[in-house]
Amino acid sequence: MSTPTPFLPPQTAPSAETIRVKVDGRDIDVPKMMPDWQGKLQPTTMLQACQLAGVEVPHYCYHSKLPVAGNCRMCLVEFGTPMMGPDRKPVLNEDGTPKIARSVLPYEPGTPRGAIACATPISPGMELYPSSAATRQMREAVLESLLINHPLDCPICDQAGECKLQEYSVQHGQATTRFVETKVHKPKVVDLGPRIVLDDERCVLCTRCIRFTRDLVGDDKLGIVNRGSYNTIAAFPGTRFENNYTLNTVDLCPVGALTSKDFRFQMRVWFLKETPSICATCATGCNVTVGSREEVIHRLTPRENDAVNGHWMCDHGRLNYRWVGRSDRLAEVQVRLSSGDLQRSSWTVALDRVAQHLRKATAGSVAIIASARLTTEELFLLRQIGVRVGAIMDSVPRRGEGDAYLVHADKNPNMNGARATGVVGAEPGSQLPRIIEGIRTGAIRTVLAFGEDLVKAGCPAESLGRLEMLVAGDILPNATTARAHVVLPGCAHLEKRGTFINAKGRVQRFRKAVEAPGDARPEWEYLLDLHRALGGPSGPDNIEGLFHWMAREVPVLAGLEWSRLGDTGVTVTI
Amino acid sequence: MPQEYRLILKNADLPGYTPDIDCYLRHGGYETLRKCLALPVRELPDGKKQTAQEQIRDEVLKSGLRGRGGAGFSAGLKWSFVDRKSGKPIYLICNADESEPGTFKDRQIIHKDPHQLVEGMIIACFANDVHLAYIYIRGEMPEGARLLNKALRAAREQGFLGKNILGTGFDLEIHVHRGAGAYICGEETGLIESLEGKRPYPRIKPPYFPAVLGLYLCPTIVNNVETLAAVRHIMAMGAMEYSKLGTPNNTGTRIVSLSGHVKRPGYFEIEVGKVTLGELIFHENFGGGLRDGRRLKAVIPGGSSAKIFKAGEKFKLKRKGPDGQMATVEVDLLDLPYDFDSLQQAGSMSGSGAIIVMDDSTDIVGALANISEFYAHESCGQCTPCREGALWMSKALHRMAHGRARRADPDYLLSIAQNIQGRTICAFGEAASWPVLSFVRKFREEFDARGAADESKAATATGRTPAAK
Repeated sequence: MSTPTPFLPPQTAPSAETIRVKVDGRDIDVPKMMPDWQGKLQPTTMLQACQLAGVEVPHYCYHSKLPVAGNCRMCLVEFGTPMMGPDRKPVLNEDGTPKIARSVLPYEPGTPRGAIACATPISPGMELYPSSAATRQMREAVLESLLINHPLDCPICDQAGECKLQEYSVQHGQATTRFVETKVHKPKVVDLGPRIVLDDERCVLCTRCIRFTRDLVGDDKLGIVNRGSYNTIAAFPGTRFENNYTLNTVDLCPVGALTSKDFRFQMRVWFLKETPSICATCATGCNVTVGSREEVIHRLTPRENDAVNGHWMCDHGRLNYRWVGRSDRLAEVQVRLSSGDLQRSSWTVALDRVAQHLRKATAGSVAIIASARLTTEELFLLRQIGVRVGAIMDSVPRRGEGDAYLVHADKNPNMNGARATGVVGAEPGSQLPRIIEGIRTGAIRTVLAFGEDLVKAGCPAESLGRLEMLVAGDILPNATTARAHVVLPGCAHLEKRGTFINAKGRVQRFRKAVEAPGDARPEWEYLLDLHRALGGPSGPDNIEGLFHWMAREVPVLAGLEWSRLGDTGVTVTI
Repeated sequence: MPQEYRLILKNADLPGYTPDIDCYLRHGGYETLRKCLALPVRELPDGKKQTAQEQIRDEVLKSGLRGRGGAGFSAGLKWSFVDRKSGKPIYLICNADESEPGTFKDRQIIHKDPHQLVEGMIIACFANDVHLAYIYIRGEMPEGARLLNKALRAAREQGFLGKNILGTGFDLEIHVHRGAGAYICGEETGLIESLEGKRPYPRIKPPYFPAVLGLYLCPTIVNNVETLAAVRHIMAMGAMEYSKLGTPNNTGTRIVSLSGHVKRPGYFEIEVGKVTLGELIFHENFGGGLRDGRRLKAVIPGGSSAKIFKAGEKFKLKRKGPDGQMATVEVDLLDLPYDFDSLQQAGSMSGSGAIIVMDDSTDIVGALANISEFYAHESCGQCTPCREGALWMSKALHRMAHGRARRADPDYLLSIAQNIQGRTICAFGEAASWPVLSFVRKFREEFDARGAADESKAATATGRTPAAK
């Protein structure tokens, strides 16, 4: 494990010691201390106590993984504390229960006073009234204040449908306004950086974006200029907001002020189907939610997983999805005719041709290149096939720049899956020179390439022409698919189910977000068919069964069950 | 006969008295510091030993000195809250951001007799184990900053500041920091943020009580200029003598800034509670009365954020009678003793000691519009109710003052103000809402009349009958 940072704080358990408080009249014992945004134990707050009691306290500025600001005042909650007599003993009611002093304004004892639940610690015997008339009145007033200068342009706002102003307006708002003055006007369509556009009029000045980029990313680029009602979020003059984590501020923004250039005006969010998945851009495996409509992906947003990515993901990974919908996707099963032309074929014909060839192949004459972008299940099946035909196997490493936050230097999402299943040894890629040399000399006459372009991996294109059989299972056309005898169209991970094992050994399951184009099938499906055709056991024909088979065979996965992986995964030791 | 009692300003206006250190030394300057630094350990009746520092802190507590900045909190108690066991340095900040409209007392000290502030600060720092202190001075007072820097330089040259002060081993450095022109920098946690080089957003309390998590998250004392100057006098005369000045629980002297429609506006140092509001306005030793032919309309007793008093108001105050029993007595506005407790009981506050007098020529709606515009402009905008509410009230009042008042406006204003007070991060919420609440409640008829007049005027112009209300 890397050292915990404010970006990914340690996961701390609440204290065992509890305090009894009342929430809306119900007694509840809550931990005396709970982790703060940095994972440090701090006295439990009124907001945390209400959450534990199952009562939502509305808020804008509070976020469990950001320093507390206390500025929106939406979480003001009326409360009471046990009265103390001059003898420092609790004052009791006639029935023996402690007398509670409701909080009031010191200078106006008839008026209830709230405390911000996000920052006020609880004390023994405290009573919280998150549903009282006074609390509701305070919320309505704060909401009214937030709306008087808001442009109310929901019909054209990207946040509509997932906007806290809208949601709380439904719960605590008024249908009409009594504001008869002129609204404050602020900058619109502010080009904050390469990926972010800001509408200052929609901003509620909660400062989540400022705190995130200053206190978590360490890029003190955002701030507030002007004052009072004219306060305006801005990037430091003359600079651009352009670190690799800027788009998280769009997620954090509770309203439609910060918008993603990639997503804005593309799709109304309520039309989006949301599918839990994993980012495949590097070995960190950030958990994501895929937003799609009618088989088109419109955005990825980070999905909370404190063991992997917290609430965050990098901009690069987030925007790395457009290729899935590319128009040149491999969408046909193709078989090369004796004339040398590739012709559209069927899965039955193509797989039969591959199986026939492999049955005849001599041990040592077959190589399998299995991409570490394939799922663990697919790598497992390729390993099974490889053992059966006596193939040399390897994968292609992808190294790049990492950072101190989420970006891993290993750009393959599943090299640990390749390690666990035995597709690669201690040093991934170490067999590649031998395979390339074997292709050149003719010692290797059959190559199965899944998800990798051999030419890009260093094999001269003319060598590939000497092969008796080149099978390319891939997603997009490349120099290898162009020379293959059999082309098998596969699925992007967003189009299928499976698991990746991230750099820290987290086995993470993902679901299918969209349909693959044309003939394309998930690799695990046709590899199961191929494995059977090669004499393998009839085995399972669904992903759950395949996973359980793999878990029985692969030592590091021993005992794992598909259903128990959940949506946040399980950590194993690689 | 009511008169001034000059303690802090004793020398300030003497002919020939200059703000330089030689003049100060000729008038007994820094003798109190010498005395304080040399205080021997004292044995208490119970056998416990009290260090020099503890003795000074004890004296300040016993003197009954209450903060002169606005809140009137016991200075000795404030010092007692300081976390002395954190292992972190303790800082002291002199709040010289005098910004409350109507207030011009601290600048008299700074401009005319700055060394007593410096001496008071050194004593306060010594008493609280402070080795680094700041004077945060309002950006609009460049001359004050220049004089303070000059005074600090002179004090350093004389060995009152720096390393090993007067050979006692006590080290102290004081720096002057100029603000950039924002009222909110007078709020102590906003001041601290500003001093740290940030936007002066007041901090949330809890957890950021300055006594525990102040400047650079270290224990910090923030005291007003006049308060620190008073420390010097308390130590010079002793807590017993000091507490005989003024009235019980309202001890000592304070400098009152008197402005508005009086013949002799200016600053007056009085024994707290020994002079009434009426005397301050009308007596020849103070305001000298209103301009000829005018009648009193209203008084703001403690800076523009204090709730306004209406001429002729009567208040029920709790007073200790001759028999020692608490009794309720009815007191006329002009008979209110000018002290912390009486004004608070009368529903307002003595605040920064700034009295703004308004005679019957005053347009009360216009006056409130003016005050509200100030608070709308000075709201830092950090928290929602004040950020949006302050400007909202100001816009509504501007509209009312410009012929577009509505009958509904008084209640509209009251409701907006009530949604601010008590719900904000700092007391600015009160500062912005109290003038509105008090003006509208006490001069309701003027606001109502304005609404009725403007609505009927508008109805005539458009040929429509105003909706019945």
